Amino acid sequence: MNTETIPSESNVIDKTQRVIEIRNLEKSFGDRRVLNKVNLEVFARENLAVLGRSGSGKSVLIKCIVGLLKPDSGVIQVLGYDVPSLSAAELNELRLQVGFSFQGSALYDSMSIRQNLEFPLKRNLGIFDKKELDDKIMTSLKEVGLEHTVDQKPAELSGGMKKRIGIARTLILKPKIMLYDEPTSGLDPVTAAEINELILEVRDRYHTASIIITHDISCARQTSDRIVALINGESKLNGTFEELKATHDEELERFFNY
Amino acid sequence: MAVVWTRTNGEIFPQLSNIIFDRSHQKPHTRSTTHNMLLARVLLTSLKSFCMKLTKALTNVATIYRFVVRFFKEAIFPPYEWRELLNQCFTIGNKSLFLITFTCFLAGIVFTKQSQPSLASFGAESWLPSLVSQGVIRSLGPLITGLICAGKLGSNMGAELGSMQVTEQIDAMEVSGTRPFSYLVVTRVLAATLMLPLLVMYADGVALLGSFIMVNSFNDSSLVLFFNEVTASINYIDVTSSIVKAALFGFAIGIISCYAGYHSENGTTGVGKAANTAVVASMIFIFIIDLIVLQSLNLIR
Ligand SMILES: Nc1ncnc2c1ncn2[C@@H]1O[C@H](COP(=O)(O)OP(=O)(O)O)[C@@H](O)[C@H]1O
Ligand SMILES: [Mg+2]
Repeated sequence: MNTETIPSESNVIDKTQRVIEIRNLEKSFGDRRVLNKVNLEVFARENLAVLGRSGSGKSVLIKCIVGLLKPDSGVIQVLGYDVPSLSAAELNELRLQVGFSFQGSALYDSMSIRQNLEFPLKRNLGIFDKKELDDKIMTSLKEVGLEHTVDQKPAELSGGMKKRIGIARTLILKPKIMLYDEPTSGLDPVTAAEINELILEVRDRYHTASIIITHDISCARQTSDRIVALINGESKLNGTFEELKATHDEELERFFNY
Repeated sequence: MAVVWTRTNGEIFPQLSNIIFDRSHQKPHTRSTTHNMLLARVLLTSLKSFCMKLTKALTNVATIYRFVVRFFKEAIFPPYEWRELLNQCFTIGNKSLFLITFTCFLAGIVFTKQSQPSLASFGAESWLPSLVSQGVIRSLGPLITGLICAGKLGSNMGAELGSMQVTEQIDAMEVSGTRPFSYLVVTRVLAATLMLPLLVMYADGVALLGSFIMVNSFNDSSLVLFFNEVTASINYIDVTSSIVKAALFGFAIGIISCYAGYHSENGTTGVGKAANTAVVASMIFIFIIDLIVLQSLNLIR
């Protein structure tokens, strides 16, 4: 990764500006209640980790944030938009400001890396100028250290590379908020550490607020300013890693002990 | 559910359950009340499961309805996806052309050869070109093309969109504001609707060519003569209805296959299921549409 462009200033969380606020969020699938009283808030330039076991509804939670799923009840405010009540056009407007890195990277298999990155530029911003596209694509790829993959297909890349391309594809739209769904799952520890590093760099360079969804305690510790635990569909124990470690919650201790 | 069923099923047949569970020590009176209660429970559970199935079927109908409405809305109002539409048209033509050529050519030969003896037995062998041309244009050409495309395009669209759905690629397009529905679904359905008529016309031509070769082997008639007889025996309604039918086939294949793919779930098994549903449902609908068009034509004629 090209470390020379990292700004030296340390990140300052702007506590006066709430970019995401979720209150009493509930979501069920059929009889099964997946989210039950989730409360959380994210401030500008803050990285929040949401820690929870597999199947605890973490993916459902961030899909509610971008309006991919509709909650049964509760408030979701993102950048001043009330998400559940948005029209399609407003939702689009909001989504352009939110980057979403998917659990499985979700790169478009049928397209090359260049086309993957072009896709949102052409279709959202209406940029068709070849040179401008090229500039933006190369800048974004450089950001994640993968310029050489530009003409490859997603199937030719490793899991960690796919994750980084996925992040580059969202960064190309200059989002104000980043949502990461299990950024390190399925990666070896070294690659995972690189991704963690990248998440911090993105925050520092783009001044984004982020939610990092994870079941990986070391990812949560390294990438986040604050951690919320999602246990049985409820958000609990809001605090820094050290604060969480000091509380003696049974469910959480199992995480720390692994 | 399964547990309840096996238990209650045993109780419906009192003798059997008595033998199995050895209830001889129970008093007859309590036994009959338990039976009544259990019978009520069986009825209730089956009623409940029936209601659940009905609700599920109705929700499915509702989502299909919304899917079709959404298709028309996004197809009619801009922005239009010309480039991707062209791309899909080309893909569809490219994918099915060879198979259609092959199958229709053979079908033309077989159909002609099979019709020849029966016509000859009436001494009406000279009607062979007109019989064949009506058979090919009204029925054989559209049907073969429709079925080939249902297999080829249906499985392709179902699997492609299905795998995009289960690997969250469609979600990724959705959250980057790139309107996946119009990009993926509208273009495919429109392309199928536009291309099927072209393919059917081509298929008719190939089938008639096969048929000509057969006719020529019987009586050495010239190509010009054969096609004169063909054009004389088919009318405007035959051609128009065949084109309309083909467009309906294309629309059905496109919308069914895209629906199956777009709404697939449960990971990789869901992709296989989507492709399968796409092909089977498309084929069934092709026969249904064929019948409906035939009936409506009979009303017009
Ligand atoms: N579209 C859906 N339909 C039905 N159930 C779902 C759906 N999405 C998620 N679930 C259920 O919600 C629960 C939480 O899923 P998810 O949020 O993916 O977990 P994770 O925390 O591992 O990301 C799971 O038990 C899953 O079965
Ligand atoms: Mg998940």
